[in-house]
Amino acid sequence: MSTEFIKLFELIIAASLINNFVFTRFLGLCIFFGVSKKMETAVGMSITFTSVMMISAALSWLVFTHVMVPLDITFLKIIVFIGIVAGFVQASDTIMRKIARVLYYKLGIYLALISTNCIILAVPLINAGEQYTFFESLAFAFGSGIGFALALIIMASIREKLELADVPEPFKGVPIAFIVTGLIALAFTGFSGLIRI
Amino acid sequence: MSQLGKISYRELVLNGIFKENTIFKLALSLCPSIAVTNNVRNGVLMGAAVLFVQVMVNITISLMRNLIHPRIRLPIFMLVISGWVTVTDMSMAAFAPAAYKQMGLYIQLIVAFASILARAEMFASKNTFVPSMFDGIGMGAGFLLALTVISFFRELLGKGSLWGYQIINAKPLLILVLPAGGFFAVGLLMGLFNWISMKYEGRQ
Repeated sequence: MSTEFIKLFELIIAASLINNFVFTRFLGLCIFFGVSKKMETAVGMSITFTSVMMISAALSWLVFTHVMVPLDITFLKIIVFIGIVAGFVQASDTIMRKIARVLYYKLGIYLALISTNCIILAVPLINAGEQYTFFESLAFAFGSGIGFALALIIMASIREKLELADVPEPFKGVPIAFIVTGLIALAFTGFSGLIRI
Repeated sequence: MSQLGKISYRELVLNGIFKENTIFKLALSLCPSIAVTNNVRNGVLMGAAVLFVQVMVNITISLMRNLIHPRIRLPIFMLVISGWVTVTDMSMAAFAPAAYKQMGLYIQLIVAFASILARAEMFASKNTFVPSMFDGIGMGAGFLLALTVISFFRELLGKGSLWGYQIINAKPLLILVLPAGGFFAVGLLMGLFNWISMKYEGRQ
């Protein structure tokens, strides 16, 4: 039991720091650059993102292991996973609007953005590829969510300062954000020896 | 947009390559621009895959556009896109297994590209077969061009080689093939692209 627990913990650390999706796997960049301009939106996005990610990873795992593997249709995984993610996002959008209006006004706009995020699709695909168990998939999704949140919040706090800086005209906006991200990524390579997986 | 009128096919293609270049201008679909561009071969292969998917999706949508009910168009578009991505994914796995091993995940993630869905929605669902095809070629070629340029610089400076052949024998700048270097390279090239278009358009 305890070794399993350690394995889960390692997965979380690995997914959030060492193989951080933004800085070492370069996924979710569109959203990363899109919502990291202000701290408030970054925090809102992080919360929505992590919860959606965990639930959709769990759903995808269940469908993959209990429906697609027995039926031998794993080659359809791209289509099925995107269907699950998009359907789930749409459903939670509707449910939230009905039963949690305040929350919907706060986080609703992020939900719509999430379905175009590649991380949300990459996590089920990696889970399926690595043949993780249910709890490992959940741990991986959680770690990925935390890693993305960490990246967003670091970036947002830098970009709020960057607004005041005197950046050369052609570099304003996304290009300078890319260079800043490069610097953070360089710092994150320092984590690479932490755990061997 | 629905009445294309006099806009020539050449303009459609050039529009996709320069004016609305997916990576440098719209800053969309950035993930693979860094992930697969540490050598030219992967960059070109990825670009070609996207070009293929974009053209086929545009063609399919433009042929089906009168059959799709507007209310459910987005799910249908996603289905079409993921169908073509699956085709690409499986043929890549069969014909280029070595490259597929390195970038398989990113090929599968073409599904989540905003640019492909955007073109299907904005162009192919409103236009006929031939213009949609040229629009797809333009957007895909713009993407291919961007990936080729980025991977050209990263491989040349980071490894001193091109397409796997050693060209420069000096000690390379290792940082450019590292993850961090990818961000630097894309940021610098985007700045350069902006600078050129600012000069070209008489600084507006």
